[in-house]
Amino acid sequence: MSSNLIFAEAPRASRSPLRSYIGGFLLSLLLTALSFGVVMAGRVPPGLALDAISLLAVAQLVVQLVFFLHLGAAPEQRHNTVIFILTALLITTVVSGSLWVMHNADVNMMPMSSMPER
Amino acid sequence: MSVTYPTQLPAAEAASHGHDHAHDDGSKTVLGFWIYLMSDCLIFASLFATFGVLGTSAAGGPAARDLFDLPYVAAETALLLISSFTFGLASIALQAGRKETVALWLVVTFAFGLGFIGMEVHEFSHLMEVGAGPGRSAFLSAYFTLVGTHGLHVTAGLVWLAVMIHQLFAFGLDGVVRRRLACLSLFWHFLDLVWICVFTFVYLRGVIV
Repeated sequence: MSSNLIFAEAPRASRSPLRSYIGGFLLSLLLTALSFGVVMAGRVPPGLALDAISLLAVAQLVVQLVFFLHLGAAPEQRHNTVIFILTALLITTVVSGSLWVMHNADVNMMPMSSMPER
Repeated sequence: MSVTYPTQLPAAEAASHGHDHAHDDGSKTVLGFWIYLMSDCLIFASLFATFGVLGTSAAGGPAARDLFDLPYVAAETALLLISSFTFGLASIALQAGRKETVALWLVVTFAFGLGFIGMEVHEFSHLMEVGAGPGRSAFLSAYFTLVGTHGLHVTAGLVWLAVMIHQLFAFGLDGVVRRRLACLSLFWHFLDLVWICVFTFVYLRGVIV
């Protein structure tokens, strides 16, 4: 595994690919179990649980991007990483913008009970 | 060990182009495929935004809390996560040039992916049986569209896996097969990423809110 430089595709994998995949897999399992645990235990207040699972999801996304998709700052990874960061920015804008605008519209709408059948 | 040329280029291409074109190997294709995946991300982003807006509009029908079975979803999640890991093992075998090992892990990946799709189809048919089909409410329309789009991607990935297992034996580990497997690897791991968002923001959040 040390002669990676021979392979054109190899630099995407870090020093020990097997360790990288096993580490990523175990971390993902742990984070997934924590997410389901927080909700299925039913003892965490809803607001807090929502924050917790959102954080855990972001953590697991980062883990898989680094360990499975080999994103990073190394020269041969940089293109993919920069494109991903731009996409993440677009996603954040689209999702948070939609939720914000639609929530606003919802709050300002006439109550459903006083409206005729849609 | 049937591999004599460890680079991305097939033998003939490597001979005719020479080493000064070494940068023009499969990496550009893989980068292009990555850009496609990012545009796919935007499709999912808009579907997630739609679900975020409509997720609580159950129109008097069954809500997320009444429908979702978390242990079942956890099992689906485990299948997809394991399949992502086994694809990683196939990638490692690919770099080591071990064709049979690559094929073995691809078959294992296919099996877990098929298990995931089987569970999802079963889940969908159950929902429709209990009168919670996509036509029931805005929440269910958004749910079926989002989760169904992910399921279609996984199904496409399964077809692609089957094709690559065939090509592995038909062509061996040549440059083209390596390049295609590199793209499929990105595709498969990417679907696992999308599923993280699905189980968090559709299933878990749906049960909390």
